[in-house]
Amino acid sequence: MLAIIGIRVLRLVATIFVVTFLTFSMTSLLPGDPAVAILGQDGIQNPELLAEVRAELNLDKNFFHRYGLWLGDALTGDLGESYINRGQEVSDVIADRVPVTAQLAVMAIVIAVVLAVPIGILGAYRQGRWEDKASSAGVQVALSVPNFITGIFLIWLFSVQLGWLPASNWNRVSNKGLWENLKTAILPATALASTQMAIFSRLIRSDMIATLKENYVLAARAKGLSDRFILARHALRPSSLSLATIIGINFGALLGGTVIIETLFAIPGMGFRLINAIFQRDIQVIQGITVFVAVVYVVINTLVDLFYTVLDPRIRRS
Amino acid sequence: MTALDPKLDADQATGAAAELLVGADADTVIEEEVDTRGRIRRVFGDMPWLVKLSAIWLVLVVFGAIYAKLDISVFGGALPLQDPDLQTNGFNAATGEFGTGEPIEGPSWDHWLGTDAIARDTFARVVHGAWVSLIVALIAATFGVVVGGFLGSLVGFVRGRTETIIMSMIDVILAFPALILLLAMVSIFEVRSLTVISLVIGFLSIPAYTRVARANSLAISNREFVAAARAIGTKPRTILFREVIPNVLPTLLAYAMVAAAFVIVVEGSLSFLGLSVQLPQSTWGNMINQARRDIRVDVSQVVWPSLALTLTVLSLNQVGDWFQQRGAVRSAAL
Repeated sequence: MLAIIGIRVLRLVATIFVVTFLTFSMTSLLPGDPAVAILGQDGIQNPELLAEVRAELNLDKNFFHRYGLWLGDALTGDLGESYINRGQEVSDVIADRVPVTAQLAVMAIVIAVVLAVPIGILGAYRQGRWEDKASSAGVQVALSVPNFITGIFLIWLFSVQLGWLPASNWNRVSNKGLWENLKTAILPATALASTQMAIFSRLIRSDMIATLKENYVLAARAKGLSDRFILARHALRPSSLSLATIIGINFGALLGGTVIIETLFAIPGMGFRLINAIFQRDIQVIQGITVFVAVVYVVINTLVDLFYTVLDPRIRRS
Repeated sequence: MTALDPKLDADQATGAAAELLVGADADTVIEEEVDTRGRIRRVFGDMPWLVKLSAIWLVLVVFGAIYAKLDISVFGGALPLQDPDLQTNGFNAATGEFGTGEPIEGPSWDHWLGTDAIARDTFARVVHGAWVSLIVALIAATFGVVVGGFLGSLVGFVRGRTETIIMSMIDVILAFPALILLLAMVSIFEVRSLTVISLVIGFLSIPAYTRVARANSLAISNREFVAAARAIGTKPRTILFREVIPNVLPTLLAYAMVAAAFVIVVEGSLSFLGLSVQLPQSTWGNMINQARRDIRVDVSQVVWPSLALTLTVLSLNQVGDWFQQRGAVRSAAL
């Protein structure tokens, strides 16, 4: 068991190393000289000043040297300073925005699971009947509507037509309290959850159809347990394992989704900041956020893998 | 799935399966000499009506995209489809008259789907938007099937060190959340043309196809006919191209339909963020993004491009799922 964890951790470190290298080389390809961007007109007129700033930013060193310096800093939690917004530390930017994005992602997963479990159970329990057909059709549609479209129509319904919830912006719990925070969070989280909900409920349905054919379900039925009890206690349990896995696998798509949804709802999370950085060509911020998100994603995937290995001994052998 | 369908007789089932899947044996070779019309009916005859509708919609989209492109590049906008960039309330240089259009109009005989915020014809813009989605999806599928399909078939067949090296490279690309990597790559380019966007999305499509192809290639390489080919001394390269790849291909093409749906959503998201093909070229994503600003005035301008995008994605999923079920194919990479 320890050996397995050891190998996974080693692979994790290797992947993180490659991921940082790829991100660094990609962002190094961005057009434009950051020193010129910082100095503006002065830099073009004053070559000495330009050279000085370039030296300060390590831009005069070769690529691998620069990567080494950057990685060294990154390991101590220093992702550099924004070239465009001087004095803004990238790690501060991320620390400021992670809670927002994390809250959105967690809420989306919770909403998706809460909706998916009953829909999936219904589909499996009434397999082939109209309830199953209707919910499957709904799931198919939810799977095909991109989340930004879902988001726009949620805004149209709940803010424009009904006027219940704000169409954009974000209230932090620390400033306005939990209730105001949830009012701004519920629409974006629901938009983000819609696709995930469809994927989860499809999985639960097919998983449960298989489980319901098992002998122990037959035994439970023979004991005279109610259908409701069997569904909730016996049939749902094996599905929870695959649900955990698919949440992990889909976490990357969810992180991508937050970029779009945060832009749509003007939410000050990491994704919205990334888009702004791309438009401003703010290399350090693009680099920092991309690396951060990729590392989080890789770590979560490894954890899910390990979790799975611990829970299901059959996987350990293969 | 289909085997359980009582409407389907045994002959149909075997014939159809042979069309789409693995393991064409001697019987089907003889059967293939029968008339083509019969074969087409066997494969498409029991298509559910929903799948048929989906296929019709996809044909319409492809036709519309090509028509819009021909209109501009060959006929200079002379075909009966309005100019997607013309502001119908402004001065028209071609006719020397001021237009009579209004911004954000509802549907009318002149403008079937109304006009957008600067009085451009929405129907023309939706039809032109199909071109971008079509090209991106096609190039991504080509990259995926050709490069990913070849790599996957190769490593599944030869195994060993080649497999380890190529698959770990693939795993590294898959270690990034897809959209984040795409955004980082797209931001490198100063000019985001259709070519750039298609190539970047095409490149990023390769890993998933490689996984699907590898999984199938692994299964096929263990089949009897591959062992037989080896036994009679066929060269490995010939086995790869004559036995393995032709059998991986049907699965991969079915997967390509579903993957194309995903690619169209990705391009739509990119357009929506303003990071895909640049204006004035209309895409469904950038139309949605522009129209959402006026959502308090008129929601219909968001509805049309959204409907086009969603219907296309839904149709590709329907047709792709049907092909996959038809071949009883399991895409092991998902």
